[in-house]
Amino acid sequence: MSAPKELAADQVHLWRGDRHVLKGVSLGIAPGQMLQVSGANGSGKTTLLRVLCGLMRPEQGMVTWRGRSIREDPMAYQADMAYASHEPALKADLTVLENLRFAVGLKRHIEVAELRSILIRLGVAECEELPARALSAGQRRRVTMARVVAMRASLWLLDEPFANLDARGSEVLLQLLDQHLSGGGLAIVVAHHEIGLARAASHLELAA
Amino acid sequence: MTVNISAAAAVILQRELLLGFRRPDQLLQPLVFFLIVTTLFPLALSAQLSLLRDMAPGVLWVSALLASLLSIDVLFKGDADDGTLEQLVLSGVPLGVIVIVKTLAHWLVSGAALVVVSPLVAMALGIPFGAFGTMMLSLALGTLTLSWLGAIGAALTVGLRRGSMLLSLIVLPLASPLLIFGASATDRAITGSGSAGALYLLAALCVLTSTLAPLAIAAALRITLE
Repeated sequence: MSAPKELAADQVHLWRGDRHVLKGVSLGIAPGQMLQVSGANGSGKTTLLRVLCGLMRPEQGMVTWRGRSIREDPMAYQADMAYASHEPALKADLTVLENLRFAVGLKRHIEVAELRSILIRLGVAECEELPARALSAGQRRRVTMARVVAMRASLWLLDEPFANLDARGSEVLLQLLDQHLSGGGLAIVVAHHEIGLARAASHLELAA
Repeated sequence: MTVNISAAAAVILQRELLLGFRRPDQLLQPLVFFLIVTTLFPLALSAQLSLLRDMAPGVLWVSALLASLLSIDVLFKGDADDGTLEQLVLSGVPLGVIVIVKTLAHWLVSGAALVVVSPLVAMALGIPFGAFGTMMLSLALGTLTLSWLGAIGAALTVGLRRGSMLLSLIVLPLASPLLIFGASATDRAITGSGSAGALYLLAALCVLTSTLAPLAIAAALRITLE
């Protein structure tokens, strides 16, 4: 018997103007599972993630979290979810530590020591006092992942998390994903290339 | 897992104030604008104190209105551009709470600062010391109301490339009652006739916008993010 699906989307349709972007997308993942979303440029991968996190409302179909529509109790759903978009979502004038303290502090109280240990894990500990404007694109991506890890959310929605990461960074990200899934977490990852995860991941290919 | 809303509100307030002080140019620009515009009037008009005193409430309030508009368009734009607005919206904290805290923080670093420097301007315009209290109170109520009105405009124009012109067109007509009662309260304080009525009306406008504007701002931001 397969595990019950915690996050599910059923026949989601979305139009942007005249363009039918999401054409009846259905998916479901259970704890410990990862779904990789791929597809050509413009096939609606980012749009799908935005619908799944609740930023966009589909015209038809619905997204459920633990059996309830995410529209029913959006606050509870958002507290269980961490979303990392294309944008690093860092304030250029704040230091890395300040950025993380404020972003994570909205969801839960976090000690600086814990944030430091996450930054060390991601290999950006030496940047903690630098303003975010001074970081390279790869370092920003690592700090974004530090935010996702620090939020301790059950569901990760990651848009191109491997972009700009070097080999070492990708390796750390894979380890983090594996650890998250082993702990019963769920992840939906948009990525173009095959993610070399040890555990099996399901795939969703969006048609252009 | 649920989110502790008061702790989250404190975090947002701290973040906004820290950002305000990290970018002193944004903080000082409206203040300097206010000081310069109001001191241009005594230079342009004749140095007759009675004429200046007659015009002072109008000069003070129009300058305060324009100075407030100058700083409000960045209220949500910065967050929308770097992606932090999405993170705020998805933080599990009600959007209404987020916009209330952000707008109040903006008022603290812009409107409240303007109230603090207003006695300097009042002296230049020949407003008697006795009227300072009423003038500062009316400006405090007025700038807070303006922050709410401006935040509605800022939320509506956040997705536009050059939204500041549209923002002025949205906010300035809404702000005209404020200008009338604010200038009237200051004028009455200068002439010594009772200014309580105008102050009460200003307070009523402030309460009205403080309660209803957050709903409008949150709705406008949701539409922008879709």
